[in-house]
Amino acid sequence: MADYEAHEHDVLVIGAGGAGLRAAIEASAVGVRVGLVCKSLLGKAHTVMAEGGIAAALANVDERDNWKVHFADTMRGGQYVNQWRMAELHAKEAPDRVRELEKWGAVFDRTKDGRILQRNFGGHRYPRLAHVGDRTGLEMIRTLQDHGVHQGIEVFMEHTILSILREDGRAVGAFGYERERGRFKIFRAKAIVLATGGIGRAYKITSNSWEYTGDGHSLAYEAGAELIDMEFIQFHPTGMVWPPSVCGILVTEGVRGEGGILTNNQGRRFMFDDIPENYRAQTAKDEEEGWRYCTGDKNANRPPELLTRDHVARCIVREIKQGRGSPHGGVFLDIAWIKEKIPNAAEHIKRKLPSMYHQFKQLADIDITAQPMEVGPTTHYIMGGIHVDPDTQMSRVPGLFACGECAAGINGANRLGGNSLSDLLVFGKRAGEYAAQFAKQTSLGKIDNDKIDNVAREAVAPFERGDGENPYQIQKDLQELMQADVGIVRNQSEMEHALDQLQQLKTRAQRAGVIGHREFNPGWHTALDLKNLLTVSEAITLAAIERKESRGAQFREDYPNKDERFSKVNTMISKGDDGSMQIRLEPLPEMPDYLKQVIEEMK
Amino acid sequence: MSDQTVHFKIWRGDAKGGGFRDYSTECTEGMVVLDAVHDVQREQAVDLACRWNCKAGKCGSCSAEINGLPKLMCMARLSELPTEKPITIEPIKAFPIVKDLITDVSWNFEVKKRIKKFKPRPPDAPDGTWRMQQEDIDRVQEFRKCIECFLCQDVCHVLRDHHLHDRFIGPRFLIYAAALEMHPLDVEDRTDELRNAHGIGYCNITKCCTKVCPENIQITDNGIIPLKERVVDKFYDPLGWIWRAWKKKSDRTRKP
Repeated sequence: MADYEAHEHDVLVIGAGGAGLRAAIEASAVGVRVGLVCKSLLGKAHTVMAEGGIAAALANVDERDNWKVHFADTMRGGQYVNQWRMAELHAKEAPDRVRELEKWGAVFDRTKDGRILQRNFGGHRYPRLAHVGDRTGLEMIRTLQDHGVHQGIEVFMEHTILSILREDGRAVGAFGYERERGRFKIFRAKAIVLATGGIGRAYKITSNSWEYTGDGHSLAYEAGAELIDMEFIQFHPTGMVWPPSVCGILVTEGVRGEGGILTNNQGRRFMFDDIPENYRAQTAKDEEEGWRYCTGDKNANRPPELLTRDHVARCIVREIKQGRGSPHGGVFLDIAWIKEKIPNAAEHIKRKLPSMYHQFKQLADIDITAQPMEVGPTTHYIMGGIHVDPDTQMSRVPGLFACGECAAGINGANRLGGNSLSDLLVFGKRAGEYAAQFAKQTSLGKIDNDKIDNVAREAVAPFERGDGENPYQIQKDLQELMQADVGIVRNQSEMEHALDQLQQLKTRAQRAGVIGHREFNPGWHTALDLKNLLTVSEAITLAAIERKESRGAQFREDYPNKDERFSKVNTMISKGDDGSMQIRLEPLPEMPDYLKQVIEEMK
Repeated sequence: MSDQTVHFKIWRGDAKGGGFRDYSTECTEGMVVLDAVHDVQREQAVDLACRWNCKAGKCGSCSAEINGLPKLMCMARLSELPTEKPITIEPIKAFPIVKDLITDVSWNFEVKKRIKKFKPRPPDAPDGTWRMQQEDIDRVQEFRKCIECFLCQDVCHVLRDHHLHDRFIGPRFLIYAAALEMHPLDVEDRTDELRNAHGIGYCNITKCCTKVCPENIQITDNGIIPLKERVVDKFYDPLGWIWRAWKKKSDRTRKP
């Protein structure tokens, strides 16, 4: 075996967004040695992009809120295929996790009586999102980062993990490379926490950065873990659509929380045209009631713009397809209209949505205090991911934990806005805590040198194919395929076509070649990321084919309705003994009576 | 300016040396410099190194010098740059080169660790929470908008020209310290370090940092100057000395 630099920790955390940082903080607080590996610089992970807020039933703005309402909202939003235990833990523990951030220095916007302010968001019955203007994610990641650096965590910035190492089925380490110099490294650990985020780069139009290539999903799958709910991908209803260079960049749901309305090219508020039955009782009857809700009237119901993201995205697609879209293929999102309702509206908008104002002004020459924005759906989040034990966050591979977006279960078929940041905190903490516990009860495992040599050989192979295919082209073709065939509206034949094409892309990926050397070579990095992107794309497609119904984020035009047969199952994907991807339907765990009662009470 | 060919000179090289190389790409409406760099990367130089993440001015990864001016590449519109001449793109200058547009900014992460962490007063309410008024946190929230792009560090003469990295923490971390010092809940005292280890005296208020801040943080006026005043109050104000000496004594006598 070649002589690789090796590091040893009790707990190794892979990924340094909100979930990874929170896990690392918790593990180090227990007193074990923690290593933290991330692909970018510290503090640049996708959490920084989160805008609207952290959902937690603090009841600072509406005293009727509590964990039961939050739990029921989360389950309803997820169309009841969520893992109930995760949704329960999340709703119960999120308030403490938010208060903890304040203890570590976070500075949230305030209520009049000096407490943490909360705002309205889609699918949440009461104002629930603790926030800082529209840069909540920055506040959260910076707070965790600044707290974390004093905890003795050993941070490895700009490192990519290629493989999880195992001994007799247990996770005992990870193998990867330092992006700057291109050198391989071994990370031995007693427990590993995956917190790698999402898969957005599998699609052409996405709010996600280059990092979101499904690394954790793919690493866990290869290591023997199962992937659950992979068909459920959240297309955020409001991404920028113009100019082309910014297409897909997120426009926060906070715009609608502050009173923003969606209109088509006839000026019609089309969201009033289709209100799902299970939300009718909670939705405003008319525009006037909707506005009263946005101004804090507790007797008013929320406007239909604040229905769940899956539904809003589909309504937008319908308007565009039927020819009622905006000039650049979106619809209009208008916050400027509130000047009819309040004095100093422009100042108010700039204060509540500063980065949206800045983003549109600078990138699209649009002044959102005076003009409507053009928006359309963008690939934002994956509800599916690594199947974990709800309490401990351990996968079925002993010693391999997962949390945050790469883990799954809490969101079911659709995630409510704001539930992601709270998910990162609640389950990041749990993963760190239980990984540390696991580490304390075990010793370092043996590293399989042959395996490492194989991974290393495979990793440098693109350099031996200098005349091979450009990895960027393969990535682009994959993104276009997934966008076209496994996007918001799906059907059997397109997805079967996608499966077929994915096999061809796999062959092409084997032939990708790069020039230059191993020092900070983005072409090489892209070539290596292809494997993960292809794995998650196949998983998404297989799962979407298997679920022959429409539910939450999965919309199939060949099965446009919900089907009772799929109401109590999750799709589960694993790697078969022959190396092929296997899928099965797994019955949902039975919900205990006290939670059934909560759901009944909140109907 | 849409659909025309734009010419660039992009710095290529590493710690050993390098120089500008010529590239061209087609410009489409709304395009930013980072798009052009990505086009070049995709089609002409797959090994061209640059950092980026959010592509919306929120993460502070893609700092570079464009036509000699420090900017985020993702927020620099091509339509706002003169295109008669090639647009130059080069790495920031206050830190060692790694490769192409990438510099070694690890010093910044080390500096942050040396600044005393947040230390809150005991909670205000029995449930362990605090009360703060919005007007008391506006200033701190301004500082906390910082995306750590390090453009302010890049233009600071003390770092860029005089290389006093071992004696001065730079505008980014003065703002970080200011956010902690002005946090209504924080009870830590960082003035000794600011004066000595952090070298606040090296800043001669030329405001270059404020000018390049993509978040428009008033680094000098709202952050550094008030911090300098705190340091002056503590170390050069004779009345202050007497007051503190008396207070220390009375605190001691009051404690059980």
